Order: sequence, then C-alpha cells, then structure tokens
Amino acid sequence: MMDIPQLKNLCTQTRRDIVRMVHAVASGHPGGSLGCTEFFWALYGQVMKYDPARFTMDGKNEDLFFLSNGHISPVFYSVLARSGYFPIKELNTFRKINTRLQGHPTTHDHLPGVRIASGSLGQGMSVAIGAALSKKLNNDNTIVYSLHGDGELQEGQIWEAAMYAAANKVDNYIATVDCNGRQIDGDVEKVLSLGSLHDKFEAFGWHVMEIQDGNNIADIIDSFERAKFFIGRGSPIVILMKTEMGAGVDYMMGTHKWHGSAPNDEQLSKALSQLPETVGDY
Amino acid sequence: MAKKITYTEKKDTRSGFGAGLHELGKKNTNVVALCADLTGSLKMDAFQKEFPERFFQVGIAEANMIGIAAGMTIGGKIPFTGTFANFSTGRVYDQIRQSVAYSEKNVKICASHAGLTLGEDGATHQILEDIGLMKMLPGMCVINPCDYNQTKAATLAIAEYKGPVYLRFGRPAVPNFTDANQTFEIGKAVLLQEGTDVSIFATGHLVWKAVEALELLAQQGISAELINIHTIKPLDEEAILKSVAKTKCVVSAEEHQMHGGLGDSIAQLLSRNNPAPQEFVAVDDSFGESGTPDELMKKYKLEKEDIVAAVQKVLKRKGI
Repeated sequence: MMDIPQLKNLCTQTRRDIVRMVHAVASGHPGGSLGCTEFFWALYGQVMKYDPARFTMDGKNEDLFFLSNGHISPVFYSVLARSGYFPIKELNTFRKINTRLQGHPTTHDHLPGVRIASGSLGQGMSVAIGAALSKKLNNDNTIVYSLHGDGELQEGQIWEAAMYAAANKVDNYIATVDCNGRQIDGDVEKVLSLGSLHDKFEAFGWHVMEIQDGNNIADIIDSFERAKFFIGRGSPIVILMKTEMGAGVDYMMGTHKWHGSAPNDEQLSKALSQLPETVGDY
Repeated sequence: MAKKITYTEKKDTRSGFGAGLHELGKKNTNVVALCADLTGSLKMDAFQKEFPERFFQVGIAEANMIGIAAGMTIGGKIPFTGTFANFSTGRVYDQIRQSVAYSEKNVKICASHAGLTLGEDGATHQILEDIGLMKMLPGMCVINPCDYNQTKAATLAIAEYKGPVYLRFGRPAVPNFTDANQTFEIGKAVLLQEGTDVSIFATGHLVWKAVEALELLAQQGISAELINIHTIKPLDEEAILKSVAKTKCVVSAEEHQMHGGLGDSIAQLLSRNNPAPQEFVAVDDSFGESGTPDELMKKYKLEKEDIVAAVQKVLKRKGI
C-alpha cells in the first residue's frame, strides 16, 4: 500500500501520461481524465484489493472496478499500467491501429484490468450491479466499484439501475459520480440540469455520501474507508465527488473545452511544464 | 415415397423454453434467469419457483436487465434473459451491442412472442426485424427453433455454448413434431425430406408450414427437399450449398422481414458460391397488425399455399 506522497507523485505522472497520450494522437478526452486522477489512484493505490499479476475476467475474491464513462480511458489506462496490469510502455499505443488501448475501453482485445466495454454512456451501473449480484451468489465478500460522469446521469438506464439496486439491496457496491459540472456542449446545469443528485439518489433508496474536493487524494481515501462501513447494510452506496475538469493543467480548468480535445505541441509543452516527471515517462 | 412427417399434439415453443430452463436450473447451478415483468408469458415460473435465489425480476426495465446479465457473467454465471422479442432486441440494441456482443459476454437473450403470430396485440409488439438486428452483431449466435421439443433442446444446448446467443421463439401452440429426445446441434441444419427439384429452407414456425406444403407439392409431382435452418448464424453453409448443388433453386421461408432475415443470409451465401434462383416467403417491407395468428399468416402470405406458389415460381425461373 502506498503513502500519500507516493500517490501524489503517481498522480502527477499519470497527468503527464494523459496529456502526452492524447497529444500523440491528436484526439481523446483529457479534461475528465485529469479531473479523476486522484480518484483512480485512491482506488488502485489504497482502497481496492486486487491482483494485477493474475488477472481473470471472473475476478473472484477481489474488488472489481467498472468505468462507465469510458471516454476518460487515458486516466484508466495510465493507472492500470502503473498498477501492474500491463507494460507501461504500451501507453504509447493509445488509439493507434492494432492497439489494445482503444479509444474507449474494451475487453475485445483482452487488455488486463478491463472487464466490460464502455463508451456508449449509461450502461456501467447495470453491469456493476450484475457483477455485485454474481459475488453474492458466489459468497464472495469483496466489493464492486464504478465511476460515472455527471452528464452521463442524463441517460435513463442509470435510473433503471438505481431503482433496481436499492429495491434489491445491492449493498456490496459503491458507485461514484464525477461531479465536474461539465459536458461536451457546456455546463451540465445549462445542457440538462440534474437537480439535486443527493436528493434523487436518496429518494431512490441509496446511501449517499459526498466528497467536496475530489482532487484531494487523502479526502477521497478517507471517504471510501467511511463508505466501506456501510457495505452489507442493505443499501447501495453512491459517492457524489466534486472534481475540477482539467485539474493540474491551468488552461484546461474552468471550462468544458478540454472535454474531448487534445493539446497541440505548444500547449503540451505548457502542460508538461506544470507537471514535473516523477516516476518516469512511458 | 418420403416418410410422412406427423405430430400428436400442438404446443407453444415458449413452453419448450420454460421446460428447458427449468431442467437447466437443476443441472447447472451457474444458470441464472432474469425477467422483465413477463415471467408467465415466458413460462419462466417453474424456474422461479424452484430456484428463487437464481431468479431475478428486474421489472419493466429491459436495458438494465441486459446490463445486469452482462455483469453477472463476471463471476461465472450463465444468465438467461427473458422478455418479448421486441423488447429483447430493438429496445436494447445498444446495450446488447456494447455490453454483451462487443464485450463477448456469455449472455443468452431469450425472446418470446416473435413475429406476426403474437396476434392481437398488433404491430407494436410483432417484431419482424429481430433476426436481422441480431445476426448483424459480430459473434452473436442466432437460433430460431421450430417447435416445442426443438426449443427445449436448443435451450439446453445454448447453456453449454460459450458466447452470446439470441434464442427466438413464439406465442401460439403449433404442431410439435420433432423428436423429444433430440440433441440440438448449434449451426447444424436438419434435413426433413430429401428431394431433387427445389430446396426449401425454413426456420421457426415456417418449418411446419413447409412440411404441410410438401404434401401439396407431391400431389403436383414436385420433389422438394426441406431443410430446417434452426440456426441462422452460424449458418450451415455446407448443408445449404450441397442441397442447392442438387436442386439448382431455392425457396426460403420465415416469419420475419424479407430484408435481413434467413433468406438474405442464404442469398448472400449462394451469390458468393453458387448463384441460383431464389424466392422469399417472408414479410415484404411491412409492419403487422392486430388479428388472429392464422389470419395474419394468411394476410401476410406466410402460409403453406404461399410456399407452394413460391416453389412454382422459382421452378419456372429455373426453366422447368
């Protein structure tokens, strides 16, 4: 298990990976990836129990993570590689022909660490619930985690899943919503307001928690440790996590513009100057 | 003289699914069943009653059902989802495409009330596009058995097959004429009658209609070969090509749109290998409507007489 300074170093390195990966192919989604960097390192660095050396699709007796908002694949790939799922140098194949690191994650090319394809939004919560039900049938007491974008919650299937999980006491499952308040067309509030997510999930019967600073890794770890206390108590758990889209690169913050665009050469240099290399570039 | 194909009773194919699922529940503890508020219609009650811990009622939320099923495969379960064919395919196409087919999950999508024979509920529920939708998905196996016994055997067989499957069956009681103890081989066509003048390839409820047509054709001195294509994908290419090499002309018969159905698959196979005149007994670019199954099959030209007419037409094209 890694300490906070180590995890912070990894976050900086992953941010370098993200901007370099999307720059190299002039496409991809840096904004949400940068915003969720601390979340991923909290999960893969401390919160989850998993075995990257012996990856199996079934994942019995280990915690499982499902990325529902698949477009933030750069952060997912960087953290999976640096957690030992596949060679770090493979990050340089991102979005290139014949890669296992497809634009959106897939099981199709057998990339260790990925258990479902995602990209078309709104499907990951149902999948996570299915995996959680499977664990219950197998008397497997490990936990299922998932991440969703706030804009993604505009998809109706999310609410079918939310209703099901509460009604059927799927209480071995912690969902997280990345509340960065932005989506492709602009602010979530303007595109299609979600109202109070806290009230909505509570009304659906979930145990609701909030993380006020989703770019503070110590806070995230602390929140997940508290969330685990509610495992097995009859309700699914959701964490509403406020993040800053583009966090770590000054010109990518405070706007939705970097949701799905890559930096040019000059912009990359500027980003990297703000993100010193820590554990080594791929 | 070919041996006459007979039956002793009429039974619905969905009950064959229900019986197969119940038997699977006893045989394989990894089999789980999910249903979207149509347990009775899908005949899943026996499984639900005997294995309540492995039965998941998801309510009227088919997209969520497909996603949960995909997730349950992680951990080794073999999920069978049950709802009407319309809600098993078109309504959840993107969920099946991404979470099941592209993700290569071992989900069995079991679909009842397919086609016009759903009857009085009308076109909103009478999907005639489902075979096309499902066969287009890479890696998806598509099965449309013809009667109760074959549907039961197919249900048992798909649990042993690793990969996504679409199993299509129907609502009405139809002649139950195949062997109760048959072994269902996925992708293996069943020769029902040998003949030399024309190859009739039928699937689902149209297989029995074709059996009835054989008698009328024999009276006209036409020697028809009848093959039951219960698996539309993977298609038994060898059996089809072998038959057409002999007969040199084809009639395909299905309770589905002409576009995207079994006939399309056969025509594509033949055009790549051994082109032959083909006539299609299928719905011609139209929605269905309310009515009894018999009335609808007659109005939309899916009766034995329509198969006979198609044979006569294709024989003329062949030049006999």
